[in-house]
Amino acid sequence: MRKPWTKVLAFLLGLSPLGWLLWRAFHEGLTANPIEFITHYTGDWTLRLIIITLAITPVRRMLMLPDLIRFRRMSGLFAFFYGFLHFITYIWLDKFFDLSAMAKDVVKRPFITAGFTAFVLMIPLAVTSTKGWIRRMGGKRWQMLHRLIYVSAIAGVVHYYWLVKSDIRLPVLYGTLVALELIYRGVVWMAGRRGERRRAVAQAEQAW
Amino acid sequence: MLIKKPTDIPYSEVTPKEIYLNRRKFLAGLPLAALVGRELLAPANRAMAATKLPNLAKSPFSTTEKVNSYNDVTHYNNFYEFGTGKEQPAENARNFKTYPWTVSVEGEVAKPGKYSVEDLMHLAPLEERIYRHRCVEAWSIVVPWAGYSLSEVLKRAEPKPKAKYVAFETYYSPGQMPLGRYAGIDLPYVEGLRLDEAMHPLALLCFGMYGETLPPQDGAPVRMVLPWKYGFKSIKSIIKIRLVSGQPPCTWNLSAPNEYGFYSNVNPHVDHPRWSQATERRLGEFFKRPTLMFNGYGDQVAGMYAGMDLKKYF
Repeated sequence: MRKPWTKVLAFLLGLSPLGWLLWRAFHEGLTANPIEFITHYTGDWTLRLIIITLAITPVRRMLMLPDLIRFRRMSGLFAFFYGFLHFITYIWLDKFFDLSAMAKDVVKRPFITAGFTAFVLMIPLAVTSTKGWIRRMGGKRWQMLHRLIYVSAIAGVVHYYWLVKSDIRLPVLYGTLVALELIYRGVVWMAGRRGERRRAVAQAEQAW
Repeated sequence: MLIKKPTDIPYSEVTPKEIYLNRRKFLAGLPLAALVGRELLAPANRAMAATKLPNLAKSPFSTTEKVNSYNDVTHYNNFYEFGTGKEQPAENARNFKTYPWTVSVEGEVAKPGKYSVEDLMHLAPLEERIYRHRCVEAWSIVVPWAGYSLSEVLKRAEPKPKAKYVAFETYYSPGQMPLGRYAGIDLPYVEGLRLDEAMHPLALLCFGMYGETLPPQDGAPVRMVLPWKYGFKSIKSIIKIRLVSGQPPCTWNLSAPNEYGFYSNVNPHVDHPRWSQATERRLGEFFKRPTLMFNGYGDQVAGMYAGMDLKKYF
């Protein structure tokens, strides 16, 4: 997994949903309502990639595959990439850059508010995803900032859930996955705190 | 390390029954024989193929707007009994059994009756009506439907004075519509109209489109088309038309009463709580177009709602 070509493979995998979309556009077409299809497709892949990105830490710990960390940034950037395509489809093909109509949407329609929040919060994460930024910010602060992805993930699921008319199976599935990923982190964090306390007690006893 | 042996075959590994049966069919009959056999033994098992409907009378209600392609209208459907994806009904309704088919006209009428769909189709001369069709999801199409005004049926049934509303019901068969249980709405699908709405000449009892009988995904063998209302009011695959004294339940209204009203007239000034109804995307067009009050049929239908607060009775 340390081999350089694995990153190339991951990159191609990340591009493959876009490739499939383009292939479909030129072959069987994108249904009778292509704009809606592209909007849903890119939104769907944004959420899937957020879920994959959030799965990397638990999976690498549980399966003892530390090298998986090499793919986390790329996965996160692809999530942002599809989120960006999703957003562009919305403001260009749905709103035709009518920014006032868009602003109205963001304020008036809770599902747009949620989606917009999810996307906007990903921008600083994409910008600060480089090694240089980690160095400049310091690991701790960088990590704090990047916890915003938890908010994006939740907002993204809510955005999807509020959008569907009645068939909630997919939003519920995505919501469950995000919940599991966040619960995992909660449990690890609590266990860590308990460990810290124990160590502190032990140190105090030694000092005594 | 302890390696657990699975105690049983996981459910995901079990071959689904249809595939298993299909394999058998394939092995037993081999393609051609199986096909021929199926046709001969159980012709009713397959959907009625589209039949040409000749001599459709022209209608003054028709729009001159550009009609959408047959492919658009048959591959972009909301028919949740056959899946909630837009392209799923075309796929899953393919073998929907629409023959034999009976429609019951009942309730507060002097002359109730059960009609075979063939008899019903010949009750009055069929007309071609090219209507705009506006979905509550803010897309629209133009379709050349074939049918006659529902009033033809209602008049013959002779509604009693107590009859104030008309309730419709779609056929529901969990066997033929296995995806219905994931629809997220209660089935069978039911809809309703006020009696004056149902008697309005624009309210079309529809048997066909594009000069032939309806394909299953578009509501075969018989459906309603109410061009001034959101598409979901135009109930598909009808088996029951019941005249009643009180406002009948409607599926989407039951599912989300704050989002889908009983009337559900197309109205650009009353937004769906989650999206705007001011504009719509005509399938096949790049730019959105403004949505018209009553979907452009205000001259004909606005009178029925005179004095009503349409923000309240949405």
